[in-house]
Amino acid sequence: MTAPETPNARRLRLPFRGDRAYAFNWIGRIGLCIILFWLVIAVIGQWIAPYPVGKIVGWDYFAPVSREFWMGTDYLGRDIFSRVLMGARYTVGIALAAVALAVAAGVILGMMAAVAGGWFDLLLSRFVDAFNGIPSLLFGLVVVAAVGSSIPVLVLTLAAIYMPGAYRFARALAVNVNAMDFVTVARARGEHTSYLIACEILPNILGPVLADLGLRFVYIVLVLSGLSFLGLGVQPPNADWGALVRENIEGLSLGAPAVIFPSIAIASLTISVNMFIDNLPTKIRDRSD
Amino acid sequence: MTGTPLVSVRDLRIGATTDAGRKVEIIRGVGFDIAPGEILALIGESGSGKTTIALSLMGHARTGCAIEGGTIRVGENDVAAMSETQRAGLRGTQVSYVPQSAAAAFNPSKRIIDQVIEVTAIHRLMPRGEAEARARELFRALALPEPDTIGHRYPHQVSGGQLQRLSAAMALIGDPELVIFDEPTTALDVTTQIEVLLAFRSVMEKSRMAGVYVSHDLAVVAQIADRILVLKNGEVQEEGTTEQILNAPRHPYTKELIAAFEPVPHVPAESEEQADETPILDVDGLCAGYGPLTDGVPVSSVLKDVSFKLERGRNLGVIGESGSGKSTLARSIAGILPAYRGAVRLDGQEMAPALHARSETQLRRAQIVFQLADTALNPAHSIGTIIGRPLRFYHGMRGSRREARVIELLDMVRLPAALRHRLPSELSGGQKQRVNLARALAAEPELILCDEITSALDTVVAAAILDLLKELQGELRLSYMFISHDLSTVEAICDDVLVMYKGELVEALPAARMSSEAKHPYSRLLISSVPQLDTGWLAGLEQDPELVAQFAQR
Repeated sequence: MTAPETPNARRLRLPFRGDRAYAFNWIGRIGLCIILFWLVIAVIGQWIAPYPVGKIVGWDYFAPVSREFWMGTDYLGRDIFSRVLMGARYTVGIALAAVALAVAAGVILGMMAAVAGGWFDLLLSRFVDAFNGIPSLLFGLVVVAAVGSSIPVLVLTLAAIYMPGAYRFARALAVNVNAMDFVTVARARGEHTSYLIACEILPNILGPVLADLGLRFVYIVLVLSGLSFLGLGVQPPNADWGALVRENIEGLSLGAPAVIFPSIAIASLTISVNMFIDNLPTKIRDRSD
Repeated sequence: MTGTPLVSVRDLRIGATTDAGRKVEIIRGVGFDIAPGEILALIGESGSGKTTIALSLMGHARTGCAIEGGTIRVGENDVAAMSETQRAGLRGTQVSYVPQSAAAAFNPSKRIIDQVIEVTAIHRLMPRGEAEARARELFRALALPEPDTIGHRYPHQVSGGQLQRLSAAMALIGDPELVIFDEPTTALDVTTQIEVLLAFRSVMEKSRMAGVYVSHDLAVVAQIADRILVLKNGEVQEEGTTEQILNAPRHPYTKELIAAFEPVPHVPAESEEQADETPILDVDGLCAGYGPLTDGVPVSSVLKDVSFKLERGRNLGVIGESGSGKSTLARSIAGILPAYRGAVRLDGQEMAPALHARSETQLRRAQIVFQLADTALNPAHSIGTIIGRPLRFYHGMRGSRREARVIELLDMVRLPAALRHRLPSELSGGQKQRVNLARALAAEPELILCDEITSALDTVVAAAILDLLKELQGELRLSYMFISHDLSTVEAICDDVLVMYKGELVEALPAARMSSEAKHPYSRLLISSVPQLDTGWLAGLEQDPELVAQFAQR
């Protein structure tokens, strides 16, 4: 069973286990490329940055784009290009890890609550609601004050802040799917909760859940920069992109590239994440068999 | 039929444009006339365009559709050529509409009377007092109880059959020349349907209005229509008087429709088995209900002490109106809704009430098939995955062995093997129900609980599913418990019939002699309420009014 060639040349086909192929459109591919680009930068940024991150290299603050400083200099005269390259590690790493953790935990717990129902659902939902009531920055402040600031702590804190929303969202979707007859059929077959969650419910809520993930990612990048501003996030002289925008915000009135380039970096990452999520590869089902 | 007809439609074409920009023809050159005072029935399966034609008489085309050609003349007006404002003036006063679901057509937050007389206010036909008096007159003509005060109730305070008659009052108050009935009794129980049909007929006869009656049910149409238009795929198949269509159909499709209506009496499987064999299903004193338990009894108890036996290789029908507990019975036998009292024995082996306490073998031997194949198949899985799962789960099949078995099962339900790569949304209603059945067969069950599996299907498709069930029974020695509100379906497949009323078993009857042997008044009422393919049936129907008052939930 090989997939016959269709005249549709705009579709990329990734061969998969003989009878399966995937269609992946251009917008999704562009999104994926940008994400991969930033991931690579996050890993190798350290070696390709032209200047050390914390070193004041120019005498002029908010310097324009030049051959020496590709993205100008910041309010202290540090090279923005190097700082953006190094910031990728924090923004991409922390935000992606946190959003993945938050959504995974929220969705799994939400589906469990929907399928199990009863006391489990009631207790978990009220607990998560109560947790949701704590202001996020305050929570971050307390955690960092208690255990100190490190990257794992930041990731876990951000994940904890965004988990309740993902839980609520997934539970609401899963409750609807759970009431469908096909879930009842699977139950009557004797399937376990894990199968119901993974195979019957998850595929039917995946679209909205991924769209939610894209939005949540944007929020996490913003909260991360907020935490950095309070001195709880990434510690100077390192900085994530959000922090770069904040510390150079005065340069906006001067038209300094120092504030524009980190903003472009944030925009390109968040938009590409959403582009990729909205245009995931879809399986081509071979109908001419 | 003298003089000019009230309505004449010529070469009507209605089309739609799909998401992909492809043009689809829904109605292809339909033409007909309606004389003043005549009732024309539009009959056909779902997707045949009957509702689309009916709506076009008001100049309305559903979202995405457009009237693309032809003329529609109602009285003096060419509806197709009118502007939207002119059409709005026409609707309610010259042409009016009775929808399928009256419950959805009424605003739940307003009193009925205000909604019924709204038409007169919109068109400034008469002062409010006069309109209310006219509404009460119509309530009386439609045989509604307490005609003087019923209008002051809210829609949820009247029954479904009453609401349907009230929506007819809403349509009639503007004194239109043409009334469109869009499947007005399809959602009602048989006993309620009679009352509504009788009311419609007497009002239409008195007022001499013309009508268009859209339905898929030939027997209902036979009671009310003067002429019948048989439609398929947006084309007229046959047109004729009701008598002629029913008694001397000419077109093969009409013949097929009528054949599908008349049940082929079920021939019981040869009873070679010994009488002392343990019954495949033995239900003893089953009680089940919904809501939180108090002292082991749920707040709302649905099933009350139901006991019966089903012998191996035989079929048991369960009939009753909506709310009689038929589906609850199937669910508690399957363990989806655990019974709080009583026992279910499968092949002599007692099964625990709750699902999780039953063994895999017990679950495998009794499978349940649901009414709506749309919701019973996971939209995210391919057909192959859906049928393959029980094979993997119960029989541990994998890879090519499983694939081969899936193809075999698809062939068993008469579907091509290529269908296994498709998603449920790419299948027709009948195909989905076959897949639903194939999934149950994959478990290799001995008992299949069929919960209204043909109720959502068109007559011809449903008849094919019933034939399939019979064939499979011969091959696989299955037993069915067949739940339906449609007596002719039950008659076509079952050996014995149980009649349920308000969660209780009223009577057990042999299916073939249902009408002659029924003794309990409720079973007799139910059986006598099923419309017959005979134009004189409703007029000649005699039902004991006391019986009706006692059992029919109007």
